[in-house]
Amino acid sequence: MEKIRNLSQLQEIARQVRIDIVTMLNAAGSGHTGGSLSATDILVALFFGKMNLDPRDPHWVLRDRFVLSKGHAAPTYYSILARLGFFDQAELMTLRRFGSFLQGHPDCNSTPGVEVCSGSLGQGLSVANGMALAARLDNLPSRIYVLLGDGEVQEGQIWEAAMSAAHFKLDKVTAIMDYNRLQIDGKVAEIMSIEPLPAKWQAFGWHTIEIDGHNMDQILAALDAAEEVEDRPSIIIASTIKGKGVSIFENKVKYHGVAPTDAELDLALKELGAA
Amino acid sequence: MSEQLSTRVEYGKTLAELGEQNQDIVALDADLSGSTNTQRFAQAFKDRFFNMGIAEQDLMGTAAGLAVSGKIPFASTFAIFATGRGWEQIRQTIAYGGLNVKIVASHGGVTVGEDGGSHQAIEDLALMRVIPNMVVLVPADGIEVRRMVEWAVTYQGPVYIRTSRIPFPVIYDETYRFELGTGSILRDGDDLCLAGLGLMVHHCLEAAELLAAEGISARVLNLSSLKPLDWELVVASAQKTGALVTAEEHLVTGGLASAVCEVLAEHYPVPVERIGIRDVFGISGKPKDLLEHYGLMSIDIRNAAYKVLKSKARSKSLELRQVIK
Repeated sequence: MEKIRNLSQLQEIARQVRIDIVTMLNAAGSGHTGGSLSATDILVALFFGKMNLDPRDPHWVLRDRFVLSKGHAAPTYYSILARLGFFDQAELMTLRRFGSFLQGHPDCNSTPGVEVCSGSLGQGLSVANGMALAARLDNLPSRIYVLLGDGEVQEGQIWEAAMSAAHFKLDKVTAIMDYNRLQIDGKVAEIMSIEPLPAKWQAFGWHTIEIDGHNMDQILAALDAAEEVEDRPSIIIASTIKGKGVSIFENKVKYHGVAPTDAELDLALKELGAA
Repeated sequence: MSEQLSTRVEYGKTLAELGEQNQDIVALDADLSGSTNTQRFAQAFKDRFFNMGIAEQDLMGTAAGLAVSGKIPFASTFAIFATGRGWEQIRQTIAYGGLNVKIVASHGGVTVGEDGGSHQAIEDLALMRVIPNMVVLVPADGIEVRRMVEWAVTYQGPVYIRTSRIPFPVIYDETYRFELGTGSILRDGDDLCLAGLGLMVHHCLEAAELLAAEGISARVLNLSSLKPLDWELVVASAQKTGALVTAEEHLVTGGLASAVCEVLAEHYPVPVERIGIRDVFGISGKPKDLLEHYGLMSIDIRNAAYKVLKSKARSKSLELRQVIK
């Protein structure tokens, strides 16, 4: 698959993905608006600009792997997979419906391109490590990417996995943290502080990169830089805005797990240049 | 006394042998490789063994990732930590995804002994049995565990196998073949049926001997494939004998007793007595003392047989009275 490194092209894809997200969520009547929009630029840059994938052959053995550990950002994931050609874009409107292959959270047995089931937070980094160990045994060039939420790292398993990735020197593992600073009950800093952030990961033996998670140039540069790191895993701590792209959703705790109403959708589409 | 084998040791030997033949097999442990016996594999195949440290959630998640990428991971630790600490990882990532992870957990039941209640898994089978996609196996001896592990490599999907700390008598010979969902009749009889799991199968055989000496003929089943259960064999045994005793080194809730009663309630209700642990935790002690304390000996099964025969007689006479009316 041809990679797209042109920033304005990537920004345009991200705009379309955001339109998909709000439209899908409105149609579904439920789902996670804020964290889907905050992760959009990161995942667009990763999937369109970085990963080696073949949508015609989802199980292509030389592919890079991705784990959506923050499984509630499924709408972003599905929109990108559809736009890459893993399945028909028309299917996006069936999100969360009875009989749809687009489950509320990612299900590897339902959706082409989804590598592993996720949704229960804290589990994806361990899975990414397992994939990296397998790739090492098989001498595959595959890189393993995993998207973490910031609230998600409150789960203890994340730190078990952080320890193992460093212990096994898994330099093919790149974690990206969608650092939008909000979780369902409020501000991450107030619910359960995860600071000091780069220091914690560094103490666990990780290479850390801090970027603006809405700047395509910085995201691509960080993904490239992570590839150069040897003998240890990397984490890109990407500062984002929850609900990014739609003013009424931005930085609002309420929109963590609430879908846009019809009126909110109209406004969102206007702001995203779709109406 | 007949030959004794340890199911955990036989697991370790078999895994190491299979590792020679199949390069896709990998093993993981959580700092108990000496006890679970994955150490043999670790010594033979350093590159394909991963000690995850004392981190069972990460153990299960990493095994899942290896399985997604085509490996056949065997994840081992004590049964209580594998199924308790890693339960949600097993449910969400492994079983929901239908991933090809083999969980072989040692130290099932109270025969863990001196370590006490914290280390004795008396609910692991219940915890695994309620998970969709999960296969749950309990070998009745050191030969059966070998066949189960060999079979597990050929099967695509998650499997849980429980091994024991202590060695116990061998009941099968090398010609034994394991088949998923198939129980075996180890001894036939007409008066009642004794159905066991793990080392309790041996106790059922001993109980059947005691009963035979007292003029009672008991059929003995090994229901080592706890899930899927050989429900047809259970129903056929109920039809033939009209009374069952289940015997397991586990709570009487959620394990073999529950599985058998579920099947019988639906298809052919007959009186059942349940030998197992009744809503209490384990305690420290020698394995044999604990088996006696929890009523898991042959004599306990024999006594349960008399109880269930009484129930059977009572229900027969009730039936008779109905007919006379």
